[in-house]
Amino acid sequence: MRTVIFRSIAPYLTSLMVLFSIFVLLRGHNEPGGGFIGGLIAASALAIYGIACGVAPVRRAIYFHPMAISAFGLFMSAMAGVLSVFAGVPYMSGLWIYPHLFGVEVALSSVLVFDIGVYLVVVGAIGSIALALEERDRD
Amino acid sequence: MAGKTEPLADLSVAYTMEKVAAADWLVAAPVIWCILVGSLLLMLRKHTRIQPLIAIPALGILALMTLGLLGHVIQNGTVTMTMGRWLPPFGISFTVDLLGAFFAATSALVALGAGIYGRSDVDDTGRRYGFYPFLLLIMAGILGAFMTGDIFNLYVWFEVLLISSFGLLVLGSERKQLDGAVKYAFLNLIATTLFLVATGYLYGLFGTLNMADIAVKASELRGTAPLMTLVTLYLLAFAMKAAAFPVNFWLPASYHTPRLVVSALFAGLLTKVGIYALLRILGMLFPFEREELSFLIAITAALTMVLGVIGALAQNDIRRSLGFLVISGIGVMMAGLALGSPAGLSGAIFYAAHSMVVMTALYFAAGIGARLGGSFELTSAGGLYARNAFLAAMTLILFLSVAGLPPFSGLWPKIMLVKASLDIGAWWLAASILVTGFLTTITVGRIWVLAYWRPAPGGDDADTLPISLPAGATVALAGLVAITIAAGVWPEPVMALAQDAARGLIDPSAYVLSVFPVEASQ
Repeated sequence: MRTVIFRSIAPYLTSLMVLFSIFVLLRGHNEPGGGFIGGLIAASALAIYGIACGVAPVRRAIYFHPMAISAFGLFMSAMAGVLSVFAGVPYMSGLWIYPHLFGVEVALSSVLVFDIGVYLVVVGAIGSIALALEERDRD
Repeated sequence: MAGKTEPLADLSVAYTMEKVAAADWLVAAPVIWCILVGSLLLMLRKHTRIQPLIAIPALGILALMTLGLLGHVIQNGTVTMTMGRWLPPFGISFTVDLLGAFFAATSALVALGAGIYGRSDVDDTGRRYGFYPFLLLIMAGILGAFMTGDIFNLYVWFEVLLISSFGLLVLGSERKQLDGAVKYAFLNLIATTLFLVATGYLYGLFGTLNMADIAVKASELRGTAPLMTLVTLYLLAFAMKAAAFPVNFWLPASYHTPRLVVSALFAGLLTKVGIYALLRILGMLFPFEREELSFLIAITAALTMVLGVIGALAQNDIRRSLGFLVISGIGVMMAGLALGSPAGLSGAIFYAAHSMVVMTALYFAAGIGARLGGSFELTSAGGLYARNAFLAAMTLILFLSVAGLPPFSGLWPKIMLVKASLDIGAWWLAASILVTGFLTTITVGRIWVLAYWRPAPGGDDADTLPISLPAGATVALAGLVAITIAAGVWPEPVMALAQDAARGLIDPSAYVLSVFPVEASQ
């Protein structure tokens, strides 16, 4: 699979897919998309990069071990629910703030934090499996 | 959902508007805590030295939380928290009654023991493979199952504990472990699929998954809906999880392969989650269908306990023998479920809690014994009494307790169950409980005589010198032994707790009232 064409296009494809996965993650609150599907897109981006350029560059690029990324995502999602303690509402209640950044109202919520957590769990878990399979392939 | 910024016209239609009292957070806190600490430990996977330093205090805090929750439920009755502020039955409720709180507290104590024991049992490789993260995550699954008030959510927690248990089973990835894990995984997946099928069917019939809602609607639907089919499916699924007789073969095939502390944890907790689900769904939600099935359950129970203990008697490996004793204990608990009377159910609840503590402790004792004597094989073990009388004494206490002999915790639930069976004239059920107790005494007596009493086979004097015990493991063992002694000589509080929990199952009005405070009072 390590043809010149594939190898030269893979970095662009990967960065485009990661960007798109973040777009899908963020639009997911009210429209199709969200953390899970975004995470899948990002994980396949990592897989493509791994097929084209080898697993070691991918591991270097994401810096943290995929399992650690997914653990951090789990931690983040659970903590997103814990925020409701301070509002006196049940666990996992959606809490919203509407700060004005550069004159634009941005709706931020604990739901978004949860969704980013899900995104990281999926990237970490699926990425970990994909990289392990690709490594085994080259033995 | 409405647009991003415009608020709903009337939030109280969809949301609960009450503030959550701080003490009510105890309902969700143990599960959240397990997930948080578990994921933290997963991030620190490479730091094998730090892991137990975080995990053991965290398990201690978990035990305190669940004990606090138990106290809270004893004082204030069933507590509910519905996630995300949605009104039940649309939001997922965590509803903790006495049964759930009691099992949660007991299992948290057992997990604390496993955490401490694991410090010396699991080496760096095992820790790097994630022993402590999996331990915390399996506790999240087990506690979630005990606490949730939603059937589909119960399924999710079963999955959580199943996936963590796969991780624990293959810790170290040895060939024998993988062999055991495949059998365990395959058969448990079948049971989980059955559970899911039954739950889909239930949702089709009831249009709700909230247990309190189901308890209310079951009486309306009883004439028209095929509830018997549904309940039989649930019985099969959970009996498989609990390792009841015809579907128990996965347990002896897999429980002796993993690290000892993992076997201990599984033997103590996993099958009891199946029993809990049986008690909750057959005992509380569908009591009439349970009554119809009671003869079938009773026969299953009698066969499970007698064949289990006969299996135990035939084994040479101590761990295999203990695995069969776990099955035999499941039969005793199912006898209580078959009876269905307050006395029967409370006996089953007491026995389940007793079994959680004692089975885990027995595996611990066998593990320490194997470290001293060098073997799990009865043919080659021996001389443990000469090596360490303290270990031998604690093991003897556990042996007597598991056989149901006084003055330890196994006695009282068996008395309750025998009396409850005689009350309704099921003499054969009472007889099988007593015969099982007798055969268990022979089984453990045989292990005691061969591994402890007899001098080490072929050993010279150096083999019989006293050896001191590993400290951490002994603390874990002694703590659990102390619980079985305490519950044996002072059983009234536990008995009262089990009776109240059984009453809560038979009359779920308090449970329903906790989830639907308004509708039930109208």
